[in-house]
Amino acid sequence: MNSRSWRGTVLFTVILVVMGATVGLKLYGVGDQVTAASTSVHSTASGTGTTSSGSESESSDATSGSSSTPSTPAPSASSSSGSSSAATTTVTGSAVQTRYGTVQVEVTFSGTTITAVKTLQSPDRDGRDIEINDQALPILQQEVLASQSANIDTVSGATYTSEGYIQSVQSAIDQR
Amino acid sequence: MKFLETVMGIPMSIDVRDDVDARPAAERAFRVLREADRRFSTYRPDSEVSRANASRESPAPFSDDFREVVAIGETAARDSGGAFRIRRPDGSWDLDGVVKGWAAARAARELHAAGLRAFCLNAGGDVVVSGSPGDGRPWSVGVRSPYEPTAMLAVLQVTDAAVATSGAYERGAHIVDGRDGSSAAGLLSATVVADDLTTADVLATTVFAIGPDGVDHALRSGARGVLAVDASGRILAAGDLAFARPAATS
Repeated sequence: MNSRSWRGTVLFTVILVVMGATVGLKLYGVGDQVTAASTSVHSTASGTGTTSSGSESESSDATSGSSSTPSTPAPSASSSSGSSSAATTTVTGSAVQTRYGTVQVEVTFSGTTITAVKTLQSPDRDGRDIEINDQALPILQQEVLASQSANIDTVSGATYTSEGYIQSVQSAIDQR
Repeated sequence: MKFLETVMGIPMSIDVRDDVDARPAAERAFRVLREADRRFSTYRPDSEVSRANASRESPAPFSDDFREVVAIGETAARDSGGAFRIRRPDGSWDLDGVVKGWAAARAARELHAAGLRAFCLNAGGDVVVSGSPGDGRPWSVGVRSPYEPTAMLAVLQVTDAAVATSGAYERGAHIVDGRDGSSAAGLLSATVVADDLTTADVLATTVFAIGPDGVDHALRSGARGVLAVDASGRILAAGDLAFARPAATS
């Protein structure tokens, strides 16, 4: 994942959150809460958007942040009161190469709201904590979830599969 | 042109987007896969691997292919500290962890040697993609969700690369951590993107066998990117992974 995609997706990801949330909740087995979840999604999405545009920093160097409180990231200001029991998900971000070294974070989501951010790897070159840009945090999560609804050409993952598989996923794709 | 054939008991497909008659090339590629099955299937008593296991006391000279597969497996076993393995505890050969990816990589080379540049070869979930499926865009390779066979965990955009996934689904925990013989339990699935399928397949199995710590190992051993799901449902992503954009919505 290069720095280009980190920059270019900020506005776009606000939209992706909405789509990803529904799919993601299904993925984690709480699809029956879709109604409640999507209610909170909208407020979350706007909250994220505000934060993203607020925290400027065009660069993806991820070293420019100052307030280093990994456990209380900014975007969680949204009113997610409607969703009583949104799924909690923890996502480990890509190890991103910056000019200062490798940066990797772990983000915990409650539904679509970020509830915790933990820095797994940081350059720490000068002995100071490196704060990751707010805008960079959710991107992995959003990219993963958003991609679930992308068109596919083929499928990886059917190692040791059964004959019945011919009639299902792969043939469906092959016959398109 | 699309071709589908069952080899090694698993569906294998070749999807060629070059505007040529790809049938001869596809037939050569399938022949490579069938030959690998004949040589390495443990279900065939007359296969080389079966004969080697039957006469371990006085082994006959191995074929070049057999030695090549064993060499790949021994390297992977050494590099992974024994998590990947090609021998069972009783000493018999278990080359399945190498053969499918190796054979499919070789089949893909047949397609390339025949002049094809835009194709996707899918050997039961082990994928090689070359060029573009059209419009210059990369191939979109869905990674099956470990939770639901028909759902996607993610869709990756890749080209001129290979994608392999190991998981506990379909046949239960079929991968063993060679270090202690236990069923690998650290991950629900592990997907590796690499330059060639032999590498991707071996590393996907290795990451799955080692668990979350295997992600870094794979990156050091030739993986471009790794996407894994751990036992608690966390997504681990590392290296260079490009996620596909969702289909246009209204």
